Amino acid sequence: MSVFQALYLVAAALFILALKWMSAPATARRGVISGEVGMLLAVVGTLLRHEVVNYEWIVIALMVGAAIGVPLALLMPMTHVPQRTAISQACGAFASALIGTAEYYRLHPHGFIMGALAVEILLGFLTTTASLMAFGKLHEILPSRPVVYKGQNFVNLALFLIAVGIGVTLVVHPENALLFPIFVGLALLFGVLLIIPIGGADMPTVIALLNSYAGLSACAMGFALDNKLLIIAGALDGSSGFILSIIMCRAMNRSFTNVLFGGFGQLQTTAGTGESKPVRSASPEEAAAILEDARTVVVIPGYGMAVAQAQHKIRELHDALTKRGVDVRFAIHPVAGRMPGHMNVLLAEADVPYDKLIEMDDINPELGMTDVALIVGANDIVNPAAKNDPNSPIAGMPILDAYKARTVMIIKRGMSAGFAGIDNELYYMPNTLMLFGDAKAFVSSLVKEIATTVHA
Amino acid sequence: MNFEFGLYVFVLAAFLGFELIRRVSPLLHTPLMSLTNAIASISVVGAILVSGEKDASTLSRVLGFIAVVSATTNLVSGYLITDRMLKMFRKREPHKK
Repeated sequence: MSVFQALYLVAAALFILALKWMSAPATARRGVISGEVGMLLAVVGTLLRHEVVNYEWIVIALMVGAAIGVPLALLMPMTHVPQRTAISQACGAFASALIGTAEYYRLHPHGFIMGALAVEILLGFLTTTASLMAFGKLHEILPSRPVVYKGQNFVNLALFLIAVGIGVTLVVHPENALLFPIFVGLALLFGVLLIIPIGGADMPTVIALLNSYAGLSACAMGFALDNKLLIIAGALDGSSGFILSIIMCRAMNRSFTNVLFGGFGQLQTTAGTGESKPVRSASPEEAAAILEDARTVVVIPGYGMAVAQAQHKIRELHDALTKRGVDVRFAIHPVAGRMPGHMNVLLAEADVPYDKLIEMDDINPELGMTDVALIVGANDIVNPAAKNDPNSPIAGMPILDAYKARTVMIIKRGMSAGFAGIDNELYYMPNTLMLFGDAKAFVSSLVKEIATTVHA
Repeated sequence: MNFEFGLYVFVLAAFLGFELIRRVSPLLHTPLMSLTNAIASISVVGAILVSGEKDASTLSRVLGFIAVVSATTNLVSGYLITDRMLKMFRKREPHKK
């Protein structure tokens, strides 16, 4: 066994340890260090290989990459984490697609190697454009509403099958080199078309799925280059993204096909345009008085909290209420936000201790005994229609049972529907108070009210 | 057979991945994603091999160069932001009341 192979083996073990340590917050940072050391060993090992002789450009490329990567990681505000993940994913997938392309022109491969390269290139290029599209939607450069047209699924499926067909042709008849650019073009195009019908609420699933594709592309590269480390690292990433997207699907009671081909949020535009039902609203003073008198408060954050950047104000509210002896906790729905775990990161950024962040299944039995459920920028994940209305587009989706709380407070800009475009009966319930306004501004006036009564 | 061996490695690693990821607390799903995303930038290994070869064509050089740059971008930003996020997860109140 040569030096680089030994280093690769250690690197593979370190990647596995990285994921193992990632399981709990107490060991997670050790996991990152383990992953970093693993990656360092892999790079050093590769540079030591005798095939590698041209160092100058590699070193320059490594430095350029680091020069882009460092600001991307350190300057991005935490609310932009989903976008950053998408753009980073696009970079990784693009790299593996380019390597596949280079290998294709270098080796003129056939048979098994060509098969592996075709998978690598197809997944690589489609993940690149799909991630860029996801980035555009998350960053709101592109409309985050799903865009659907007639025959869309047929077009997408046909395009995908043609791409696969060309891939197979290239494996069987590698001499048709002209087909290769077409193959690349179709993969790029398919990535774009795949994301066009995806709406904001489905982004957590899709981001996780693209993560899986990027890993599988690296894995296919491992087969093409006969490199076990690539296979292992790619498989770990592939399975991780896959599991996360399954968890996200389950949390919405939907299937993969439904997420990818469903065009969620378009069909319901006709519903909910009827009569305007009466709602009760409250001022910051009234709401603050109720919060002060409560024993238990559960805050339910959603994507709206991220948009309004309200997490720091919410932490202040948590502090003010805790000081008055109110028990404040946070209920986290698995698909709240735009990527798996999005809310946890934002609240952690605002210094909310993580043992106050409670998962859906643990908090739901307690919501019935809660005095106030304060909903900030969430909608579909607390919509009782998921339970009561079998015809609702979100029927069967597990929700946070906010409606069971003694008082439900909903901070919202106006009466518009959520991302799924569905009206929410929670707004019209007798124990619901609507708090109209910008989440950040409203929460900060709540904090002010509570602070003044404390000192009075 | 290298291919067969590779397949064994793949299947075992995928199962191991499933078992490990299942145990990760939903609290950490975002850092988990950026960590696995960073690990997937292992493709930098392939990129170095392609661009560093003695008699690599100009095309290989150019593609390899771009690939090393974008894989490194993914790698560096992925690890750094994961660590930056994890630093924020604290159990108790960090400052006194």
